[in-house]
Amino acid sequence: MSKDAFISIRNVDKYFGKFQAIDNVSMDIGHGEFFSLLGASGCGKTTLLRMLAGFENPSKGEIYIDGQPMSEVPPHHRPVNMVFQSYAIFPHLNARDNIAYGLRRQKLTKQARADKVDEMLDLIALPGYGDRAANELSGGQRQRIALARALILKPKVLLLDEPLGALDKQLREQMQLELRALQRQVGITFVFVTHDQEEALTLSDRVAVMSAGTVLQMDTPSGLYEAPKTRQVASFIGTMNFFEAQVKSTNGAMMNIEAQGLGNLQLPRGERHFNEGEAVQVAIRPEKLRLTDDKPEGDGQMVQGQLRNSSYLGERSHFYVAIDGVDRPVAVSAQNRTRFAPDPTDERPVWLNWSDDAIVVLGKD
Amino acid sequence: MTNTNVTLNDAAVGAPPVRRRGKFAGMLQRSETLRGFFLLSPTLVVMTIGIVIPFAILITMSLWTAIGFGFDTTLTTANYETALEQPVYGALMHRSLVISGWATVATVLLSYPMAYYVAFHVHKNKMMWIVLMTLPFWTSYLLRVFAWKVVLGYEGVINSGLLWAGLIDAPLEFLLYSQQAVVITLAHSWVAFAILPIYVSLEKIDRSLLEAATDLGDGPVARFFRITLPLSMPGVIAASFLIFIPTTGDYITPALLGGPDGMMIGNLIQLQFGPVNNWPMGASLAIGLMLYISAIGLVFLALTKVFKERMA
Repeated sequence: MSKDAFISIRNVDKYFGKFQAIDNVSMDIGHGEFFSLLGASGCGKTTLLRMLAGFENPSKGEIYIDGQPMSEVPPHHRPVNMVFQSYAIFPHLNARDNIAYGLRRQKLTKQARADKVDEMLDLIALPGYGDRAANELSGGQRQRIALARALILKPKVLLLDEPLGALDKQLREQMQLELRALQRQVGITFVFVTHDQEEALTLSDRVAVMSAGTVLQMDTPSGLYEAPKTRQVASFIGTMNFFEAQVKSTNGAMMNIEAQGLGNLQLPRGERHFNEGEAVQVAIRPEKLRLTDDKPEGDGQMVQGQLRNSSYLGERSHFYVAIDGVDRPVAVSAQNRTRFAPDPTDERPVWLNWSDDAIVVLGKD
Repeated sequence: MTNTNVTLNDAAVGAPPVRRRGKFAGMLQRSETLRGFFLLSPTLVVMTIGIVIPFAILITMSLWTAIGFGFDTTLTTANYETALEQPVYGALMHRSLVISGWATVATVLLSYPMAYYVAFHVHKNKMMWIVLMTLPFWTSYLLRVFAWKVVLGYEGVINSGLLWAGLIDAPLEFLLYSQQAVVITLAHSWVAFAILPIYVSLEKIDRSLLEAATDLGDGPVARFFRITLPLSMPGVIAASFLIFIPTTGDYITPALLGGPDGMMIGNLIQLQFGPVNNWPMGASLAIGLMLYISAIGLVFLALTKVFKERMA
């Protein structure tokens, strides 16, 4: 357990009957961190969150929160609160009583309680909504009430189970910004579960990408995007072009790679120190490729291909370029910097070029 | 034959001709109210024949007077006045309400844990459990009442058991032919009517609400009284009505198990239509009982509403 870990998950397994939902997961989450668990449905992220809340217990391993082992602590005594996916707003209580629900155990005067609730209503930008009945609240409002209900107890950790999933796109983007601002304001550790990679990247300090009950990679958003460690992570986060390749020769910290379609590449050997003759994959993000009609100047890395089709997305366009020796067309993303640029959709020969540091080398797995 | 003018619409060959509907069908299509009444109509007919007409007869008869074996059909409120003046009617009415009130409370208290168990702790074969709980209904009402007679009687199961165990020296006499006997039997007979509505309201509760309450610091007991019980109140109220109303007018159980202390208003009404042969008096008592129950029902509803508002 590292010293500054606020939440520490140690070698946790979780079985439901014979099905293993969590497979030997360990992670440390720092104090005040906005930490996301990202993965497709069924990857174990919600199970992990529910174990933090205490609704499930690890079959093996231990979870520590603020240094305390949690497996013997029932959910209602844990220093965590949760925002549920369905918000779980109590339908028989109004907004005010929903927010004040957990305050009952603190012996407060009526006035002190009312003040605290008003403070929360201000924080979530719903002043004056206290007397609304639960069924008079919109989706976004319910989401905020659920947030206020948890935050009013000043938990050490706030757990959020896909809290933005049920909102429409515009409201979701707005709530993302508010959530991030709120987290900075209250300074509580947030553990956020989502299947939306964009959301995870936008909000988090760090993200753990999960699959089949294991953590594939844990890193900052830019670390995950720019330096994925496996093909699975690289393809789950954003779009990535992959090329089969082989290490031809190594020379100290550098290596020479022969990549299908891209030709010979001189690259640093990186953390994994690939060996001579090893089969690897070379990957490059679509926006790191530059597309030109004419052969680029200079002698940088470049390749010629045939523009197959493209899609116009407003602020940018996607192009698909067929390259000899590569099965799938290569995706290229370009900003539409000029208005009414000449129609780029014609099939025609084009050139792709990139800078050396745009290339990620991945193991063959 | 269906559409002779198809040939005129050669231009629209390929498109199926719009089928014209009858005038009534058209009206039905247009008016939702009409559709509603149309769907209701079989029920409305049955309701009219089965409830409204007998009810009208009952009201009319309650305003007549019995003379020997016939009726004096001049309308008078004399029966109602007698019912109000003679203390025995009021006393029996009051006792009926108390007995069926207790029976209702006992039934709901007994059913709630069963419904709760099936709703929250049974995960397989829920239907089988529900069916098992309605088992008492598989025999006739009369048989069930007699069975309790065997259990509660002077030399019945309970008394012999207690005697055998040496806990008592002489059989307990208050078990049978008492108000308690009536309450016990009614509670057992009507339990399925309480389990089903309570079960449905418990089953409907979103499980994440319970988790949320736990997450916000409630132990199991606090959670039950703050979330589960309030959210299952509709079922409890429905169950209470379903039991209170029919048991108030019941006369079989008190007749067989009540003894003189356990006699209820239903027995008196039955007597008026039977041995006493004063149908108009019976009719007025029946209507009086109905008004009384309606009044109590309204008060009960108002109270739950106030309770709900105060809780919120």
